[in-house]
Order: sequence, then C-alpha cells, then structure tokens
Amino acid sequence: MNQTQTNVSGASRGSFKSYATGFILSIVLTVIAFGLVMGGVLPRSAVLLGIIGAAVVQILVHLHYFLHLDTSSSARWNVLALLFTLFIMILFVGGTIWIMYNLNYRMM
Amino acid sequence: MTTGALTIDSAHPHEFEHPDTVGNKTFGFWLYLMTDLVLFSAIFATFGVLNHSYAGGPMGKDLFDLPYTFGETLFLLFSSATCGLAVLAMHHERKGLVLLGLAVTFLLGLGFLSMEIHEFHQMILEGHGPDRSGFLSAFFTLVGTHGTHVTFGLIWMGVIMGQIVTRGLATSVQSRLMRLSMFWHFLDIVWIGIFTFVYLMGVM
Repeated sequence: MNQTQTNVSGASRGSFKSYATGFILSIVLTVIAFGLVMGGVLPRSAVLLGIIGAAVVQILVHLHYFLHLDTSSSARWNVLALLFTLFIMILFVGGTIWIMYNLNYRMM
Repeated sequence: MTTGALTIDSAHPHEFEHPDTVGNKTFGFWLYLMTDLVLFSAIFATFGVLNHSYAGGPMGKDLFDLPYTFGETLFLLFSSATCGLAVLAMHHERKGLVLLGLAVTFLLGLGFLSMEIHEFHQMILEGHGPDRSGFLSAFFTLVGTHGTHVTFGLIWMGVIMGQIVTRGLATSVQSRLMRLSMFWHFLDIVWIGIFTFVYLMGVM
C-alpha cells in the first residue's frame, strides 16, 4: 500500500510539516529580499549579494519542501535532469550576456 | 530477485502496471518543466541583454512599485502553500478538503493574475507599453510569458476541480492533480527569479 502510494506521487510525499516549513522559510526570505531593497540602508553591492543569495536559497527551499527533491534514489533522475537543465541555462544566459556585452563594448 | 519481480509483475499486471505508468507520467512532466525552464532562461537572457536599453523611456525605478510586487509575490506564495495542502488532503482521501484547497489556490492565483493585468494595463495607458523601448519589450515578454503560464494553470485547475466533482479522487485524477501541483510550484520558482532580477534589481 505504502509502496503503491509512493509510486502514484512519483516522488516522496510531503507532509504538513514540510509544507509549513517551506512556506515560512519562503515568506522570511521574500521579506528579507524586499526589505533589503526597500530599506536602502546597506551599500548597493551588499544589497545585490543579499537578494541574489535570498533568491537562490528560496529556490532551493521550494525545490526541497514543495517539489520534494532530495538525494534519495527515487528523485535521482529528477535531480539529474534538473542539473543538466541548469548547465544549459548557464550556457544560455551566461553566453548570451557575455557575447552581447562584448559586442556592445566593441561597437562603442 | 529479478526473476521473482518479473513473475509477480506478470501474475498481477493491474496491480503493478498502473502506478508505474503514473510514475512515468510524473517524470515525463518533470522533463517538460525542465524544457520550460530552458524557455524561461532564453527570455531571461534576452531581458539581461535589453535590461538597460531604455531608448529615453522610463526605467525600472520609474515604473515599479515594490509594495505592489510584494503583494503579487504573497498571492503566489500563499497559493503554492494551499496547493500543497490540497495534495496532502488528496493523499488522505479527503475530497472536500482537496476541493477547498484548490478553490483557495485558484482564487489566490486569480488575485495574482488580476494584479499583473492591472499593472500591465496601467503601464500601457501611460504610454509605457512593450513598444516603448527594448527594456519594456523584454519586460512584457518575460513577465507576460509567466502570466500566460499562470493563466493556463488556472484553466487546468478548473478542469481538475470539475473532474474531482464528477469522478471523485480516481487514480487518474490524482495523478493529474500531482502534475498540476508540480506545475504550480514551478511557476512560483520562476516568479522568484522574476521579482529578484526584474523588479528588485530594476528599482535598485
């Protein structure tokens, strides 16, 4: 029975606790990100670092607590597909911005 | 071991076939989400390039109202949580709670979408539409693509709610609801990227 239900969801199931933890962490991280920018107390570079850090942590929180990704074997292929996609994304975004800024610089 | 599993498999095909199909579908949908992520990363890259091409038009600082964006973010975050609760209720076979959770998720998602449409409408009325500058073209494409995804998610949610009412929590309906919840959480993740890179950095 238990085995069947794990299969139905295709991944490990969340619990009320995991959703609540994920939700509270997300709220805190969102408030931190908006607070850093709206507060305007810290220097620009620190704010930039802070909001990017908050975004990365919040994405990890969502992946773990809402999409139930972990290092278990049932999620292995999901994680592998995600890592491959991340690689493509870095190529896409990083490559595009690198080339276009370089072009822009040379055209000036 | 393997032989044993095969014997059981052929002896009770119905017991083992279906959950496996559902698992495959879930994984297939996960792969679709990954391709969607590639689509979004292409649009993010475009936005990254056109980010400062204002053409004498307004900058992010002049356009974005952070408390408003914060409100949108909360709508989406709360809807992600209620969607999770609906899935939990599904695992406990509580049909009424699933419908309630989905209804709340639907309304929160609709709230997010209304705020976004209102924002777009105001910007276009003020002459800051997608035709104003490269920055605004990229902005409307990126945020609009996310909004379109949310719209389709809402339609999907409506269909699933109808199926739960008419068919109850059948295995097929459950597996669709699982995929819908993946889609919904995924859209929330994309939104984290949008509010950080477009709105927060645009205002800084």
